[in-house]
Amino acid sequence: MPVLWLILIVLVIGAVGFVIGRQKALGSAGGDSRELHSLPTYYGSNVFMKVVVPALLLMVVWLVVQPLMIENTISKMIPDSEIDAGSNLGLVMAEVRRAAEGLDNAVAAGAISEDMARNARADFTDMTTRLKDAGQIVTSEITQPILAAAQQYRISTSRGSLLMTIAVIAVALAGLAWAYMQTHKDFRARNVVEQGVLAILISAASIAILTTIGIVLSLIGNTVAFADLYGVGLLVRELGHEEIARIVAADPELAAKLGQDYSDIEFGMEYYSGWARSWAGLADFFTNLDWAPSFSGRGGASSLGIIPLLWGTLYISVVALVVAVPIGLFAAVYLSEYASNRVRSFAKPMLEVLAGIPTIVYGLFALLTIGPILMSVFGDNTVGWMQGQRAVLTAGIAMGIMLIPFVSSLSDDIINAVPQAMRDGSYGLGATRSETIRQVVLPAALPGIVGAILLAASRAIGETMIVVLGAGAAARLSLNPFEAMTTVTAKIVSQLTGDSDFASPEALVAFALGMTLFLMTLGLNVFALYIVRKYREQYD
Amino acid sequence: MYDTPNTERDVDQKEIKIEARGVQVFYGTTHAIKDVDVDIEDKTVTAFIGPSGCGKSTFLRCLNRMNDTIDICRVEGKIEIDGDDIYDKRVDPVQLRAKVGMVFQKPNPFPKSIYDNIAYGPRIHGLAKTKADLDEIVEKSLRRGAIWDEVKDRLHAPGTGLSGGQQQRLCIARAVATEPEVLLMDEPCSALDPIATAQVEELIDELRENYSVVIVTHSMQQAARVSQKTAFFHLGNLVEFGETGKIFTNPEDSRTESYITGRIG
Ligand SMILES: Nc1ncnc2c1ncn2[C@@H]1O[C@H](COP(=O)(O)OP(=O)(O)OP(=O)(O)O)[C@@H](O)[C@H]1O
Ligand SMILES: [Mg+2]
Repeated sequence: MPVLWLILIVLVIGAVGFVIGRQKALGSAGGDSRELHSLPTYYGSNVFMKVVVPALLLMVVWLVVQPLMIENTISKMIPDSEIDAGSNLGLVMAEVRRAAEGLDNAVAAGAISEDMARNARADFTDMTTRLKDAGQIVTSEITQPILAAAQQYRISTSRGSLLMTIAVIAVALAGLAWAYMQTHKDFRARNVVEQGVLAILISAASIAILTTIGIVLSLIGNTVAFADLYGVGLLVRELGHEEIARIVAADPELAAKLGQDYSDIEFGMEYYSGWARSWAGLADFFTNLDWAPSFSGRGGASSLGIIPLLWGTLYISVVALVVAVPIGLFAAVYLSEYASNRVRSFAKPMLEVLAGIPTIVYGLFALLTIGPILMSVFGDNTVGWMQGQRAVLTAGIAMGIMLIPFVSSLSDDIINAVPQAMRDGSYGLGATRSETIRQVVLPAALPGIVGAILLAASRAIGETMIVVLGAGAAARLSLNPFEAMTTVTAKIVSQLTGDSDFASPEALVAFALGMTLFLMTLGLNVFALYIVRKYREQYD
Repeated sequence: MYDTPNTERDVDQKEIKIEARGVQVFYGTTHAIKDVDVDIEDKTVTAFIGPSGCGKSTFLRCLNRMNDTIDICRVEGKIEIDGDDIYDKRVDPVQLRAKVGMVFQKPNPFPKSIYDNIAYGPRIHGLAKTKADLDEIVEKSLRRGAIWDEVKDRLHAPGTGLSGGQQQRLCIARAVATEPEVLLMDEPCSALDPIATAQVEELIDELRENYSVVIVTHSMQQAARVSQKTAFFHLGNLVEFGETGKIFTNPEDSRTESYITGRIG
């Protein structure tokens, strides 16, 4: 039975429970709702909650666990002979799932009978063509063990879903019975519902937190893998071939472990401890002034220093903030303090529309408009400072334009939240508008504005598309704003796109970059909170 | 029933400081002040009394054009200070407000230190030449606001960290720091305890030597104690205006009498 139907059934049981729970509570009070401990709706909600929540929870858990268990049992059915060289169990299991799906679809389309799908055996050559005829994508000839596994997979899956349906409905009905028994005029339904709501809210919050933790953990794992691989490469290169040969020759135990032909990397993995390798990798990652990944081959001499990328990120972000903060802030001050209602009602939505434009469009704008304009001002025809359209300034200005509505709309809300009484006090002392804004309104709004600016900074640091189009892809450590540079995010994308081998340091470095970026924005946000709190204490 | 108004107080005719004629105020379509004529004398305390919502604050805000900051508010009629129409196009409301100070119904200290709150007006108007001058103005104003002793050790603590009553006295001190010629006070004592109230009343009495003070109050006793003239507002109309002693002992209008004896309001 499709999951959607199951959810519907549980909801219907819940709705029925709501009605009868309400009814019973009213009945127990002789129809007089004033006799009840809680409002009648709470009795209904109590029943509804106890039907729906455990049942749906069970369903979710089942949906997660069942495939894992089936994979596990099925994968034992596959003999080693089925796993070719260069392939692995995961790929074969994918083949099994595809075959099972193909069988399902073929049965649904009427190309083969259910009985045949379950039991077909000797005529398996026929099965491949039949599946193909039924329009299924079959990558290779389906062998007998795979067909058997696929058949078993289908059977287990459908048996599992049947069991799940029964179990979920049973839990729903049990919840209904339990809650219905409880329902009585003295039962404190209101408090129970309150606790239920609390539990739901808490679980929502924990899901968010757990996801964050999961993301961080996955980053950490890959970051460590990167440091390890990168570090071992550096260490063995430092030793050199001859030295390695000498060490191995001098150490018979090591030589025995490594066998006849070993690569330098294999030697390094044995010779150095995990800590030493990771430490070497990380130290180089954070101090190397050069970013030059080599894609020539594994273990090639890549230089993967984050500093040029960080520099590019910070430089472009600073340019963006220099553009966005004054303009955004002045726009906000104008909108909230000077503009008439008519102007405001027209300009504010306009700004908010700007904020919704996809960043790729700003990237195109940088490439097609800002770059050429900058070229005509600073290019070869005039002062000759700028060699190409892609430059820090091009990307920074485009990013700044992107951030203007962000800064102004947040600041506008914050400025509007400053109480009118504060302004009145200042006007009442004979201050002008701009004096009032500078000396009373902005200081009062400062914590919020600083928060808005730091949020804008986080966005600038995380921005990718504008950089790719506007600033180029060259990692460079330079002060010249007319040169092309690149940022951490742009490099993450380029390291992971294309035919990347996830086991090379050149690909894994993306995770280390991501982790660094995460820590940076985290630091920025903590700092923002600190600033905001500090000013709060002063002014509240 | 009330403190006996001191009828021997100097009630002889003084110079007219503010002259209002035919003042009408509208908030959108609400007619909040209806054709009010008042003469406010120099070196006099004038009390505005009347039930809540009758337009006392509104009228007070007309006197320093604070109503300009409310979009929907429209003022008609003529108000002259020292013979100059304050609603004239050439008059700069900013200048006017430096001359006509105001203390608001709710305390509204700035999110700055106590010192900077007081120094705000003098700094804007350039009243102090040196830091020492400014220090002196701050101390004098805080003393006049009857709050010096409480804050002298923490002048650089935020003004918003004071209690409600202290904040109100801070706002009074802030208003007198700019040395206005007229001081408008909208229920300045509604958040104060009796001791601070007595101190503020003393301040008002002292200010009277040099300035003209207009005070809105819900306390009949206070009006009787501090003012020489009283105006009674009712539903946007100025019902009665005259010597405080006369209003409280022998009102002409029956509505005034009902109000001060507690029958309407
Ligand atoms: N900003 C405003 N917008 C619209 N109407 C207003 C505004 N301020 C005051 N009013 C209206 O004008 C009338 C007079 O208000 P005002 O604040 O002058 O009363 P008040 O006499 O000061 O009352 P209270 O003693 O309660 O302070 C009221 O009916 C009020 O609703
Ligand atoms: Mg009022």
